Amino acid sequence: MNIQVDIQKEDSMLIQKQMIAGHFEKLSKAKENNKKVVYTFVPGNLNELIRAFDMLPVHPEVNALQSGMRKMSGGYIQEAEKTGHSEDVCTYVKCDIGMMKKGNIGPTGLPLPKPDLLLLSYTGCFTFLKWFELLKQEYDCPIVMLQAPYQAEGEITPEMRDYVTKQLEEVVVPALEDVSGKKLDRDRLKELLESSARAEELLVDIWNSAKNKPSPIDAYFGGVFYIGPIFTAFRGLPECEDYYRILKAEVDYRVANKLGPVTPEGELNQQKYRIVIEGPPNWTSFRDFWKIFADEGVVMVASTYTKVGGLYENGFRHDPQRPLESLGEYCLGCYTNHSLPARVEILQNYIEDFEADGFLINSIKSCNSFSAGQLLMMREIEKKTGRAGGFIESDLVDPRYFSAANIKNRLESYFQMIEAKRVGA
Amino acid sequence: MKMTAENIINRCEELHDDLHFNYVKQWKEANDAKAIGFMPVYVPRELIHAAGMLPVGIMGGGDNMEIIRGDAFFQSYICRIPRSTIELGLTGRLDDLDGLLFPAICDVIRNLSGMWQMMFEGKYIKYLDVPQNFGEQGRAFYSAELADMAKAFERISGNKITDDSLNTSIALYNENRRLIAELYDLRAEAPHKVLTSDLFLLMRASNILEVTEHSQMLRDYMVSIRNSDRPIRDHVRVVVTGAFCEQPPLSLVRAMENSGCFIVDDDWVLGNRYHLDPIDVGDRPMAALIEAYLGKTVATASRYEEGDDKGMYLVNQVRDRNAEGVIFASASFCDPALLDRPMIQDVLTRENIPYTAFKYAENTGQIQVIKEQTGTFADSIKLWGVQ
Repeated sequence: MNIQVDIQKEDSMLIQKQMIAGHFEKLSKAKENNKKVVYTFVPGNLNELIRAFDMLPVHPEVNALQSGMRKMSGGYIQEAEKTGHSEDVCTYVKCDIGMMKKGNIGPTGLPLPKPDLLLLSYTGCFTFLKWFELLKQEYDCPIVMLQAPYQAEGEITPEMRDYVTKQLEEVVVPALEDVSGKKLDRDRLKELLESSARAEELLVDIWNSAKNKPSPIDAYFGGVFYIGPIFTAFRGLPECEDYYRILKAEVDYRVANKLGPVTPEGELNQQKYRIVIEGPPNWTSFRDFWKIFADEGVVMVASTYTKVGGLYENGFRHDPQRPLESLGEYCLGCYTNHSLPARVEILQNYIEDFEADGFLINSIKSCNSFSAGQLLMMREIEKKTGRAGGFIESDLVDPRYFSAANIKNRLESYFQMIEAKRVGA
Repeated sequence: MKMTAENIINRCEELHDDLHFNYVKQWKEANDAKAIGFMPVYVPRELIHAAGMLPVGIMGGGDNMEIIRGDAFFQSYICRIPRSTIELGLTGRLDDLDGLLFPAICDVIRNLSGMWQMMFEGKYIKYLDVPQNFGEQGRAFYSAELADMAKAFERISGNKITDDSLNTSIALYNENRRLIAELYDLRAEAPHKVLTSDLFLLMRASNILEVTEHSQMLRDYMVSIRNSDRPIRDHVRVVVTGAFCEQPPLSLVRAMENSGCFIVDDDWVLGNRYHLDPIDVGDRPMAALIEAYLGKTVATASRYEEGDDKGMYLVNQVRDRNAEGVIFASASFCDPALLDRPMIQDVLTRENIPYTAFKYAENTGQIQVIKEQTGTFADSIKLWGVQ
């Protein structure tokens, strides 16, 4: 492994940084520029629709994870707990509430504007409902909810599709029209959706590049950066497409030159273990967390967390010919909106398609949507694939629930298990 | 035999403690019929009943069941009800159920439905995705959900659900809800007579008993208790909230009461009291069930509240019952209850209503600590009243 002291930055990383900084700059000046602001969630987000109204989105869970990475979340969580929030519940929520109570300063240090609309995309997570009920108490603005029914039987039924589409047409679009003072420009929406589909195509190519050996990407630790533009404020915009073109060129270059992904420790070219991973990462010690794996020569070849804001590998693309229907299908298709048997199948396919040595579950204390049932999922996947399953625990943004020593211990046993299986094979 | 309150409550306690659900087994044999289980909080039991089946509420294993295998399925930070429910399933105690419904209430119960699909193949398993949009869009979706469920119930039972059978079932459950409302009113009026532990057991019995039998039990209890001479006590009047899914152990209910609190309203076994008005009996009973869900119901954490009325349902409960304070009793790791709590506490503070809060599990053994807390809360109200 080629260890370097300085973190390598590729063009795509720098571009993304500029995009994010630019977005937060626009948000900080939203009121003076007379721009309306919509708070909404990543899973099932309606970025194209928001952008079609020329509004700016804010994603509370992205602010929370950014606070985690910047070591601010611990204080924010304690601030929320001081005001009566339980230690048992989602730390994203508490981090967001704490940040708001401390002045709502965004990740780049600039103040975030208050919302003009709370757009609650209720997709794959019950806590989202409560989160926006909490925000509703804090902000004097309208709220509109879009419910995406859960794919309990492993499919999207016509009734589910109709329900979401009707809500979009009859509830969400009118709410956006009211707040923005504009009628929906359907041609503009189509343009945005066309661009989304092109970016999605590029992202799928990037995910599939991990089938190479060595893998040119880390689909988890690197993957969380790759999803940045498409899952948040940029999907549908030209800069989003540009970002994925540049990223794809970088990935193609690494494939051609048999190079591994860039990690904080340098390029990971000697890849000892190819692993599929389920569950979100820990953000408060993100770099340490990544280093634990990079030091062992682990490359993550596929992950489920990077599908929370859209699962594209099965062919779904936003469709300009069916704008609202396809926005609805997008919401319905996000990873945590899938049943547990379907999630097992997704992971099984990843393990087989990406020729993984095993799979790992990072079980997150404050995310029941992901975590409840993961121990059974692990058994089922082991049974179906014969590959070794590992289980570690941490939290999203609560630094009190990250123990590098515990994780290392568990991983040590886990890698021994993989080695034993290799010898056995 | 004359049904005294005491022997009715003894019967309820037997049902409560019977984790082999012998009543269900016997009812099925006697009626040559099927039974469908359901998890908290709300399912339209009328639809199960109209297919000639027994609706059976499953609320975990309580504090009488040792968890041997269930814990291996859940991390330490998941509430207790799914692990004891898995234990019930793995030990064959739910074998008499011909299906199990998992209503949308939280991510844990949602995911439990998927676990059930993987672990108990061949059984009818339904995740009942209730709409959180209570307008026209939600109506169409919920109609489809209920139609899907009705078709499955007809297949399982071999009985057609007709307008007549559904109307009959709705009428029986309306009467049951009326009697339960009367029981709650009676407790609020004479809480020294209607002990909360009695009411809790009567409510839990509704999970198991066929509705007509349960209604008769309520009538008999109220006749008996009205004539009782239980002594008046100097307790404060409180409302308990947050216990709508995983239920507190009976010992905890008794401890709260014995600590000096008359519980004059609560939200346990909330599905019994979900509808605030009777459901229409008439030409379109299925539509009436749907309207009842979308319309006037209790406010609870699993039901989305978009407007500015958050917390006012509880405030009105406090006022209507002449309560002097609120106890937030929530199951540990219960996302809906614990996320709701700070919002409602803010409203209580604004309305100058005192409250205290604790967490429990269905097998909580640390009763004394909680008893001291609720006792201190009661004392503080007695000493200083509402500030």
